[in-house]
Amino acid sequence: MPGALLRKLEFVDRRWLFLMMACAIVIPLIFPVPLPIAVTDMVQDLYDSIEDLPEGSVVLVSVDYDPTGKPELEPFHVALFHQIARKKLRMVIVSLWSPAPPLTEQVIAEVGLETTYGMERGVDFVHLGFKEGRQIVMESMGRSLRQTFPVDRDRTPVSEIPLMQEVDKYDDFAMLINISAGSPGVKEYVQVVQSQYGIKMTGACTAVSGPDYVPYYDSGQMLGLAAGMKGAAEYEVLVGLPGSATAGMVAQSTTHLLLVAFIVFGNVMFFLARKRRS
Amino acid sequence: METFATWVSFALTLCILSFLYRDNPLYKFAEHLFVGISAGYYIALAYQETLRPNLVDELARGNLWRLIPLVLSLLMFTRFSKGLAWLSRWPLAFIVGMYAGINVGAYGRGDLIIQLEATMLDFLHGGWGGVSNFLLVAGLAASLIYFYFSKEHTGPLRVVSRVGIGFLMISFGASFGYTVMSRISLAIGRARFLLADGTIAAILVAIITVILVVWSRRTRSRPGEST
Repeated sequence: MPGALLRKLEFVDRRWLFLMMACAIVIPLIFPVPLPIAVTDMVQDLYDSIEDLPEGSVVLVSVDYDPTGKPELEPFHVALFHQIARKKLRMVIVSLWSPAPPLTEQVIAEVGLETTYGMERGVDFVHLGFKEGRQIVMESMGRSLRQTFPVDRDRTPVSEIPLMQEVDKYDDFAMLINISAGSPGVKEYVQVVQSQYGIKMTGACTAVSGPDYVPYYDSGQMLGLAAGMKGAAEYEVLVGLPGSATAGMVAQSTTHLLLVAFIVFGNVMFFLARKRRS
Repeated sequence: METFATWVSFALTLCILSFLYRDNPLYKFAEHLFVGISAGYYIALAYQETLRPNLVDELARGNLWRLIPLVLSLLMFTRFSKGLAWLSRWPLAFIVGMYAGINVGAYGRGDLIIQLEATMLDFLHGGWGGVSNFLLVAGLAASLIYFYFSKEHTGPLRVVSRVGIGFLMISFGASFGYTVMSRISLAIGRARFLLADGTIAAILVAIITVILVVWSRRTRSRPGEST
């Protein structure tokens, strides 16, 4: 390779790489190409564990993410509510992250829990909203959910909510499902709740947290786990509603290929430059 | 109103992304706006969701026990006074003690014991499952030996610790891959948001590009500007 070209490539302006990355993301979103999505055991087990619950069971859903985690976790959140509604399960929704309740309300509206599925607020599902206190709230819910959340998100006393008369402790729930973007989230629920109360637990997390939580699946502490956009896309396939995660996986794939190319290119340039200098 | 909100959110997203070109006033504006709004939002949220229901409303109902957390909270502010700063140690001691009490038990139960059990696997039977179990146990042992510093890593210990590094590198590689996926997901989320109304995005991209070009030409001669 000529020395001038080599020097130019060695010190290529990083903004060209940003531009290529932007193209790798945007072009597949404009011209989507369907890619096969293989479902991993971890997500299959998650889906099956919910599918195996008897109709009418009550699940506790803890929604713990903020707008930053939306691209990765909202697709799972939407698909989960579809599965819960189709299975005719009932759910109590809580949040240990303050920005989560408005996101949950958006998902409730998008899925159409009340309009499409005819679920009744207070009877088939309850949204208790946010409570500050992290692990202390988890401990407190183990003693009494009704005392921990005396009112729901709309300030209705739980004593007036029919579904809340059936559940008060973790033992009253068939499963705990945690949608987590960090702490408090999966790790804290496993440590404080699952290991102490033995409740069945599944959930979804961001891809960054995935490697930290996979050991909980391997040890049987979690029945299933969907990590990141890929996990959400697999779950969408199982629920039969390919959505934003499935669409985003094409862009994910092209971007990853480009990154691999960048890494190879960087290494080749490094060794060529070293050879030239020596 | 909704259209206006869309324009504002599109413009702010593009202002933040303009940092990829170089640090510029549009990025600074969006960054400062984000920090200010976030601070205001979280203060309001803390009052509405935490202080009001747990303290203000309870005190108004005559629950005087809530004076204890109120006093502890106020003691935190004594850090600003040299003479009274020692008082702030009381609420801090309370917080640290409480979380330590919860977490020591939780880590012991949830992580230490059960994860140790999960690594006590049978690798002599079970075909490929046995091989997988062997790799897990061997990787764990080798990685732990890499962090064993009471003896110099020479001879067999060096070989095992090198194997441990290999396992650790594979683990870091997996973490890096997942982290990249996570960050790309955020970029995809923003791209999908902008592509939801391509016309508005295109107009704003054009406006921001013109502003950046003009600003870039004006500041080109200034010394010490980094790209």
